[in-house]
Amino acid sequence: MSFDVPADCRYRESHEWVRTTDGIARVGITDFAQDELGDVVFVELPAVGDELATGDDFGIVESIKAVSDIYAPVGGTVTAVNERLRDEPELVNEDPFGEGWLLELDLADGAELEDLLSPADYRDQIE
Amino acid sequence: MTLRTPPLAERHEESGARFTDFGGWEMPVAFDSIREEHAAVRETVGRFDVSHMGQVTVSGPDAAQLTQRLTTNDVTALDPGEAQYSAITDADGVILDDTVVYRLPERETEDYLFVPNAGHDVQMTDRWESHREAWGLTATVTDRTEEYAMLAVQGPDARALLAAESDVALADLSRFEIAGGTVAGVEALVARTGYTGEQGFEVLCPWDAAETVWTALDCQPCGLGARDTLRLEMGFLLSGQDFHPEENPRTPYAAGIGWTVELDTEFVGRDALEGVDEEGVDEKLVGLELVERGVPRHGYEVTTPDGDHLGTVTSGTMSPTLGTPIALAYLPTAYAAPDRSVRVVVRGEPKKARTRATPFLDR
Repeated sequence: MSFDVPADCRYRESHEWVRTTDGIARVGITDFAQDELGDVVFVELPAVGDELATGDDFGIVESIKAVSDIYAPVGGTVTAVNERLRDEPELVNEDPFGEGWLLELDLADGAELEDLLSPADYRDQIE
Repeated sequence: MTLRTPPLAERHEESGARFTDFGGWEMPVAFDSIREEHAAVRETVGRFDVSHMGQVTVSGPDAAQLTQRLTTNDVTALDPGEAQYSAITDADGVILDDTVVYRLPERETEDYLFVPNAGHDVQMTDRWESHREAWGLTATVTDRTEEYAMLAVQGPDARALLAAESDVALADLSRFEIAGGTVAGVEALVARTGYTGEQGFEVLCPWDAAETVWTALDCQPCGLGARDTLRLEMGFLLSGQDFHPEENPRTPYAAGIGWTVELDTEFVGRDALEGVDEEGVDEKLVGLELVERGVPRHGYEVTTPDGDHLGTVTSGTMSPTLGTPIALAYLPTAYAAPDRSVRVVVRGEPKKARTRATPFLDR
């Protein structure tokens, strides 16, 4: 099976992605992760304003058959969460890198991005 | 330990199924998505490979008596071609297994067939054989789990799908009846049974003909994931989870299947169950629906609104049909009535819930 691994994202080994635009980092879980979990039925996210350190478990993605913690790939302050997921958690399955994003962070230290996996390295991990 | 595999294992693997270990069997948990598979069964039709379910036949002069004395329901009430849901209990009335007992159509060489849960076939065959010896009865007990496949088609369109491939008069087959015939040209037994709450049929055919039958019954393949969400919406029990002889010992009365206990018959556990029937039970399996967001799961605590312990969730899921989180839990009998306010502790957070009558889904 072939999974989507967009070139404009960086990846954590625990299957989160981060994409930065103008200093704002958007975070989600990968295509591989949503496929492993199966039908997502519930997403629990932090509140806007929460401070996250790299590696903090900040929420939960829950499918019919499994519960999975999600970890902050980089540290920062939560500036937005994807409110649509409250009523449409299936967006995580349908469009994990797009409409199914989880939250946005104001980055504490942009250099942390360099510690994450490149798309090629992440692809190596999942294949 | 080597896992047992169903006859269609390779076929399932080719179709991209995900597998799970269930009762010592490596079985498909999902082919596509649990949500899609579940919806197919509720709205049209889905097919299941349930070859992990045990198949034990009992025949000979004392077949009925032996099975009567090892199951709680009244086997002698069955005419050829009829089936009944039943429980298998120990001397204390604790459920060891739940099962369907079929009295096979007269043209069959065996008299009775019962279907233990996955991985229980050897243990139940031993139980039947050891009691046969102890009681000096004459019966032949055969574990044919790995000789006969069991496939199910379930859903509103199941009859039409199967009718096109079978010479059995399906319209004449009532719920809990079984008939012999052919399916896709293969000699088979067709029963109007299943565990989804929908109209459906189970097809028992020789192991090496399973692929022919499976291919002919072409519709949405469904795995154990959908089977679990479908059975839970109906409030049906899952062995090992909603009851377990050591970890969660329960009587049929506590588990909500007291109607399978026929106290006018003699069976192992009868006297204990008569006492339970007279005295009543302290706890019962109760349906729950979460009012707040969250997914209840096996092992989660149930409390009063004040935080006092009431019980533990045995099965829980997000109901794909209702779109609400549902669960089963053993609670004090005072909570068996609907609309009692309780809490389900989801990862440390008490979530508002209310008791509900089962089935959750009106079928």
